[in-house]
This record gives sequence, C-alpha cells and structure tokens, in this order.
Amino acid sequence: MFTVPVIGLADAKEPKPEFTRKVIEAGGKTVNLCFQCGTCTGSCPSGRQTAFRIRKLVRRAQLGFEEDVLPSEDLWLCTTCFTCYERCPRGVEIVDIVMALRNMAVRQGHMAESHRKVAELISKTGHLVSLRDQDKELRGRLGLEETPPTVFSDPKAQEEVVKIAALCGFDKLVAGGK
Amino acid sequence: MAKYGFFLGCIMPLRYPGIESSSRAVMESLGVELVDMKGASCCPAPGVMRSFDQTYWMAVAARNLAIAENMGVDIVTICNGCFDTLFEVAHKLNHDEDLRAKVNKILKDASGMEYKGTVNVRHFVELLYKDIGVDAVRAKVKGEKQLKAAVHYGCHFLKPSNIKKIDDAERPHVFDDLVEAAGMVSVPYKDKGTCCGAGGGVRARTPDVSLAMTKENLTNMTNAGVEVIVDCCPFCHLQYDVSQPQLKEFNIPVLHLSQLLGLAFGLEKDKLGLESHQVKVNL
Repeated sequence: MFTVPVIGLADAKEPKPEFTRKVIEAGGKTVNLCFQCGTCTGSCPSGRQTAFRIRKLVRRAQLGFEEDVLPSEDLWLCTTCFTCYERCPRGVEIVDIVMALRNMAVRQGHMAESHRKVAELISKTGHLVSLRDQDKELRGRLGLEETPPTVFSDPKAQEEVVKIAALCGFDKLVAGGK
Repeated sequence: MAKYGFFLGCIMPLRYPGIESSSRAVMESLGVELVDMKGASCCPAPGVMRSFDQTYWMAVAARNLAIAENMGVDIVTICNGCFDTLFEVAHKLNHDEDLRAKVNKILKDASGMEYKGTVNVRHFVELLYKDIGVDAVRAKVKGEKQLKAAVHYGCHFLKPSNIKKIDDAERPHVFDDLVEAAGMVSVPYKDKGTCCGAGGGVRARTPDVSLAMTKENLTNMTNAGVEVIVDCCPFCHLQYDVSQPQLKEFNIPVLHLSQLLGLAFGLEKDKLGLESHQVKVNL
C-alpha cells in the first residue's frame, strides 16, 4: 500500500470518503472517475462570468469536503446546461453530481429565499408561475381558455399534487424544516 | 391524424400564451391533433426543482406521465425544460424497477394513479423533423420572408444526448433545417450552442450572473448580424425577450418556432401573441 502525496499542500485536509459515498448514493455515481482535466471548466458558460470552477466542485465532492461544498454559493451557479457532461472524456455525469449535492445542501437548510418562494408556489399550487388577471385576459384574446386546462382548472388534480409534496416531505423542506 | 397529449407546463400558458395558440394552430395545419392533458401540473422544472428534491421531482413528473398514459396517447411538449423532465424521469423509471416502485407508491397514495412505462415523450421540433418532415413543413409556407436568424437550441432539447439521441449535441442541424424551411437563413454565430443563462435556478437566485450570460450570447448574435432569434423553449424565450429591455443595448425580436411557423404559414397574426412580447416584433 502507498499513498499519493498531495504536492504543495502542507496543510492539506484529510479526504472524507464517507461523504463521497453519500454523494454517490444520492445520484453522483460517477464522481470518482474524474481525473481533473478541466474540460468541464473550459466548457462552462457560468464559469466565464464568475469565479465558479466546476472542476474544483467535483474535486471537493470527490475528496468528501462536505463543509466546502454544501454551504457554497458556487454550487448554485450551474445552469445545468449539460455541456460539461457531454464533453467529459471520463464520462463523469457532472450534472447528476451537482443535483445530488444540491439536494443534500437543501436538506441541510441551504436554500436561497428566491428559491424558497418558487418551491413554495409549486408545492402549494402545482405550477411555478402564477395565473394573473392579465394572463387570463391575454389567453382569452388569443382564443384560449382563460384558465389553462391544468391543475389550475381542476381542484381535485391540484390536491393530488399538493399531496405528493406532503408525502415526500417537500412542503416541510420548503418551509425550512430539515 | 396523429394524436398527442399536449403538455403545457408553466411559462407557455401563463406568460407567453401566444406560443400555445401558435402551437395549437401550427400543429393542426400539419395534421397533428393535440388533446389537452387535463389536470396536468408543472413538469416540474429540471434545473430548479430537481435541485431541491429529486424524489418529489420524479413523483410529480410520474403523475404527468400517468395522465397521458391513461389517455392512451404519447406526450408532445414545446418546452425544453418540460421535455427534459418528462423524458429523463420516464427514462429513469423505465430502467430502474426499485425506483419506479418507490415513486409509484407515492403517486398511488396521492392520486390512485400509477406510471406503467408505456408513454413516449416527444419534443415538437423533433416530432416535426422526424414524423412530419422538413418538406411537408416547407410545403405549407406562403410568401417567404428571408431574415437572418439566430437559431437557439437551448440545453435540454438535445442534452443529455446519450439518452435523448436526437441529434449531435455539438453540431446539430434539425432545428436549423426547420427554420430554413420557414424561409429564414440560419446564420452561424459564436458559441451558438450555449445556454441562454436562465436555467438551473440561476435566473431566480443570481439574476446578474444569468443576465451576463445572456448578454454575451446577444453580443455574439449581434456581431453575426442576426435579425431575429428563434427558440424552441419558453424559458429561453422569456430570458431573451425580458433581458433585452433590461440590458438596454439590444433590440432583436424573439420568436418561438411555433410563432415563426405561424407567420410563415400565413396564420392569423393576432392569434400568435406577438404583441405581448417585450421586444417589438415587426416582421
């Protein structure tokens, strides 16, 4: 047995494989395949505008650095465009890793207020956009039913979607419960 | 006449209903019957909602899939986000029995319904290209108006391509071919396949970052001299249409493919909803 030295990092942290395992179980199955080539970062439209480096996020997940990953703002700068996922020469399903990490972060209570509002809307109404009077008026002018034939025009159907939120504990998650 | 369950989603019916009226009219003129999926909900959105809780995301999607299944029809959507969620969740549930049992338990307790795995999910661009054909679309076009168009594929129509298998994700052509059939010239522009900037919850959480991505795309389109942006997703559509007045330096009209085809087919202009766009459409 031998260990690979972490060159140049005198105070390097110890990897935490138990967190890596959790990431894998949560859907980030391919996280250990990454060899840090950086094709992902080079392809990332979000990383062009910000200091977000998807390669580093994957590395931190790989090493199990939970406390660096879950509370980080970077985690929420991915638009899930799949460009990195498509181009990765190792077949790392990067978007799936981001999704697994985000689900874990939300369960720890890391959720932006703007996101909480969107999530609340869907968990209570079944849509993530509201139906305003001006929308009804425009729909009518275009020859469409004023209220679309979705959960918005069917209270029983809407109740079913609300119930799914309760059964998944999603309503509580959104309300801030951990 | 081919018959499909028309999945509406959120942004189209509630913010850009012109895309809905255009889609209904265009599909009818191409011989595709759209039936309403009564009681359907948000897909739910693949970037933002999947980020929060994947079980909830799958259970709500499975309910939408089951509605079509009970109607005995395949699903068609005109939205990349709805397409991604419904396609990906169907794929996951079709390939993992344990997961399907888990999701079906929730679905059954909430609604009495069950997802069986018999429904196909189609994106209308892919449906038009494969089932109707570019020639049949071209045959409907009256009075061609040649404009330089920036075709914006968005992310979730083709990607992830390993399961969607519609076209080459790096150099696709299916959408361009349809736009050209409508009389436009699809011009190449820098970083054409790039994200509009709206997805993944970025628009809601960090609007400045989202806008910076959109601005770069709009700059690249402007440098290529485009006269119109053509999208196939209401969220990309919203992003390009709403961002331009915010950025104050662009003025490129934005059309969803259904609206472009509506114009090209000579359908009633006031039923295409163009006047509700932020960027004026004078085409």
